[in-house]
Amino acid sequence: MLRQTTYLTKRYGVPEGWTLPVYERDGGYQQAKRALSMTREALVDEMKLANIRGRGGAGFPMGVKWSFMPWPPKPEKPHYLVINADEGEPGTFKDRTIMELDPHAVVEGCIIGCFGIGAHAAYIYVRDELHLSKARLWGAIKEAREKGYLGAKPFGIDYPVEVYVHTGAGAYICGEETSLLNSLEGKRGEPRLKPPFPANAGAFGMPTTVNNLETIAAVPVALAMGGDAFSKLSDLHDQKDGGCRLYGVSGHVNKPGIYEACVGLTLRELIYDLGGGVKGGEMLGVIPGGSSCPILRPDEVVNAPDAKSPLHRWHGKNVLDVPMGVETYRALGTMLGTCCAIVLNKNTDIVLAMHNLMRFYRHESCGQCTPCREGSAWLFRILDRMTHGEATMEELDRLHEIADNIMGNTICAFGEGTAMPALGFLRKYRKEFEEYVRTKGKSGTGRLAL
Amino acid sequence: MTKFALSPDREKHVEEILSRYPNRQAACIPVLHVCQEQNGWISDEVVEWVAARLDLSAAHVKGVVTFYTLFNKEPVGKHQVWVCRTLSCALRGADEILHHCEKRLGIHVGETTKDGKVTLRTAECLASCGTAPMIQVDKDYYENLTTAEVDRILDRLIK
Repeated sequence: MLRQTTYLTKRYGVPEGWTLPVYERDGGYQQAKRALSMTREALVDEMKLANIRGRGGAGFPMGVKWSFMPWPPKPEKPHYLVINADEGEPGTFKDRTIMELDPHAVVEGCIIGCFGIGAHAAYIYVRDELHLSKARLWGAIKEAREKGYLGAKPFGIDYPVEVYVHTGAGAYICGEETSLLNSLEGKRGEPRLKPPFPANAGAFGMPTTVNNLETIAAVPVALAMGGDAFSKLSDLHDQKDGGCRLYGVSGHVNKPGIYEACVGLTLRELIYDLGGGVKGGEMLGVIPGGSSCPILRPDEVVNAPDAKSPLHRWHGKNVLDVPMGVETYRALGTMLGTCCAIVLNKNTDIVLAMHNLMRFYRHESCGQCTPCREGSAWLFRILDRMTHGEATMEELDRLHEIADNIMGNTICAFGEGTAMPALGFLRKYRKEFEEYVRTKGKSGTGRLAL
Repeated sequence: MTKFALSPDREKHVEEILSRYPNRQAACIPVLHVCQEQNGWISDEVVEWVAARLDLSAAHVKGVVTFYTLFNKEPVGKHQVWVCRTLSCALRGADEILHHCEKRLGIHVGETTKDGKVTLRTAECLASCGTAPMIQVDKDYYENLTTAEVDRILDRLIK
């Protein structure tokens, strides 16, 4: 059932909605003030009840992540809160809307987050291209500081909090949490081996929590509503996937954009009810949550006869009718990712689409691990030959092999982020790829745009 | 050879940046941005200046500069035009926009016009997927583009 909400997007489209007076008119900063007078345990428990799954891709429960921080903080080991607003995933554009249209929600979330993890400083890592986002965030920080909500004594309470914006310099890999930390420290954004996890040794070698920007922006809303009530907005409350979130849809739809709804929205609702339907007729496929999530075909049916499967309730139904949740999508063999879908209509040249994505991954591999660096380039080279009508069947099989060999052989998840969507394309559109090779590209439409 | 130095205003900005972090190294990327704003690109002189200012080795700073796409390793035009061509934009006509820019400016991707006014680049996803196709000109986004609008934007840049 389509349940659109406006908890997170209340100030979208409101004149001067990004300024302090508008935010305060809506009750802004009351939750930060309240949080600073709670105990840390009570705050973290409330957040656990809210069941906010990380909105950045991996979907880890936020409250649980906060509870991992060593407690109590040692004076010689200050804690840090780092907000991931790198947003480089193709198809994903939700965090940018929050920064531009509701930056105070981020700042308030940071104050609450700092208290919850025992930090006194938060760094919001924003990609440098987003000049308006940076300006709006700095503007919000300045307004909050002038009002005494940040600084040595926020709201007159003896718990210093500072929030800073830190910019990247153009590297998708810096959305990966450990490379983001390296970038924050002034290094090349190359991922680190885990363990140690950031909760033990993160920014500047100190205990650190890395949260996605939308995740932290949802914190004041969840606290105001009460954790349990917030969680129960969701259809997937029983799977500990709570609240409401932002959904994006782009590509071949009539009304691309960002929409807010309760967790549990289906892809069909996102594409047809919110996105206005597929542009130019039928759908060829949909990438559900950013380009590293394996593509789904509109004719796929859920096969989950096992009553223990998180998908059992939807056994026999079309995949487009499964609620979009972290667990349900994992069980479907794809990922929820950032909840921003890319729709491809039936005139799309599937080989060109994969070629486009693999060019992206080749460009963005940090180069640290050989399977990823060489593999992503190799995948692209073969696809490039294929688009020129030069690839053989043997090379088509080699694409599988290369992708298989990237999986599990790299320091970070970028390797899987390349290989999994590649395998998704190859397995689900095998016939189209074979035909493409056989006809030297003549079976393709040669077009991506309508 | 002139030695690189920041203007007094920018130098003050660097001081403010340094105050945000527990160590000087963390200021590396923000300070490089400040330098690039003044100089247009990151020359070896700039690398050495940043290294000295932040107590880092020049090799470290150079490594950082070469890792990130937004640091210009050579001089660029007065304006930079970035055409996003990743999947969401491509599905809504980014390739046509890109070819149009090339034709209109008379250069290929990566090149700068002869008068030094415009450098044309491609970008990998600028988080503007819902308003595709789009280009970024210097610090501004132009979204939901048609080739006619691209013409108007480029006209303003090259006149």
